[in-house]
Amino acid sequence: MKYIDEFRDGALARQIAARIAAEADPSRAYHFMEFCGGHTHAIARYGIPDLLPPNLRLIHGPGCPVCVLPIGRIDLAIRLALEQGVILCTYGDTMRVPASQQLSLLKAKARGADIRMVYSAADALELARQLPEREVVFFAIGFETTTPPTALVLHDASRTGVRNFSVLCCHVLTPSAITHILESPEVRQFGTVPIDGFIGPAHVSIVIGSAPYEHFAQEYRKPVVIAGFEPLDVLQGIAMLVRQVNEGRAEVENEFTRAVSREGNLTAQALVSRVFELRPSFEWRGLGEVPYSALKIRPAYAEFDAERRFGLGYRSVPDNKACECGAILRGVKQPSDCKIFGTVCTPENPIGSCMVSSEGACAAHYTYGRFRSIPIVAAEAVELSA
Amino acid sequence: MLVERLSDDQGLIDLGGIRKSVSLALVPEAVVGDYVIVHVGHAIGLLDPEEAQHTLAIFAELERSADNADAAVARGRLVPAP
Repeated sequence: MKYIDEFRDGALARQIAARIAAEADPSRAYHFMEFCGGHTHAIARYGIPDLLPPNLRLIHGPGCPVCVLPIGRIDLAIRLALEQGVILCTYGDTMRVPASQQLSLLKAKARGADIRMVYSAADALELARQLPEREVVFFAIGFETTTPPTALVLHDASRTGVRNFSVLCCHVLTPSAITHILESPEVRQFGTVPIDGFIGPAHVSIVIGSAPYEHFAQEYRKPVVIAGFEPLDVLQGIAMLVRQVNEGRAEVENEFTRAVSREGNLTAQALVSRVFELRPSFEWRGLGEVPYSALKIRPAYAEFDAERRFGLGYRSVPDNKACECGAILRGVKQPSDCKIFGTVCTPENPIGSCMVSSEGACAAHYTYGRFRSIPIVAAEAVELSA
Repeated sequence: MLVERLSDDQGLIDLGGIRKSVSLALVPEAVVGDYVIVHVGHAIGLLDPEEAQHTLAIFAELERSADNADAAVARGRLVPAP
């Protein structure tokens, strides 16, 4: 496909990797966090760590929308479907996220809840139009990329007077999560890894632009390079970060200029601010309560807010004790550090949220990298008797 | 690539041979022939072909400099690192 294949060229990838190796100072370590789950997936899928020098480590950040969704939020969705009898529409990747009482949306569906997978928020609104006698709730999750489509359906529902449609809003914000990783008091409690720079998200930045990162590049002296999701983009982004670190710069640079501008998509931003306002606080899996890190529906659209419509009260639920998702989402631990990784917890039977979505650090490592750390040994020839 | 505008805010896109209708409400400026970036059924941005060429040109330059380095090694002017 045009503008995709060119950015997956293996020979060029090795050349960019060679330049990274040549420019990286062997006397120091480089730790870069890729915030976004799309990058986590690309890095695992294309084997990018194998192309990098040993003193350069990539740390997976909390930018996988499914992974940061706390159990309490999934519980709300399950309660709506099981107790209130609504049709709950959701993106496919939330279906298997573990919730309380060993439930998930998929298991709730098996118990008779009417839960339907949709490709787009618009499909949920369309379903509400087709079934005016049923209550339809859209379970809205994700970062700044999925927020504008949700704003669009809320605006549409209000404009056309759809009375049986509402949204359970769980949209979260990228810049506040990055800031939180850098300065939260829990960092001291959990420990932290030194981060020398960030690979900035691709699609999120198309919407919000590169400007929102300027504040913390300056304030926290951390370079940020916004990179596309293709392997050459990621490698080039890493090369640009290495150069910034070597030159002592902490700036926002943009590798993904073919899609990201400084101001972003203004149409989408205007729509989002018309429909949503900041939540004073929101719980993230792995990060805990993060102030002003999420959105809620404005009072003007209150009748479409499922939390108000059904009087839902949020209850926080701790994660499974054996699960290391919290530390993995902060970059403190790697998937292979978790005792239940790949044994009890697999993509077929996820215990923690990082194993659910293909963008999750654990699922990506399980699918593409779990044999990488195992040294290859020649097997002894064994004679088989009949 | 956007191949047809179906209505005010819907458009037909071609994804390497697969055609699908997506919402164009977030990119009202899109016209037929534009490359759009699609997320959950909505075009969220346009792809700038000039900037894409510019990025590819940076990669191509890298390839040339690598070739030059190989050629220099072959002529014996540079000694490759062990």
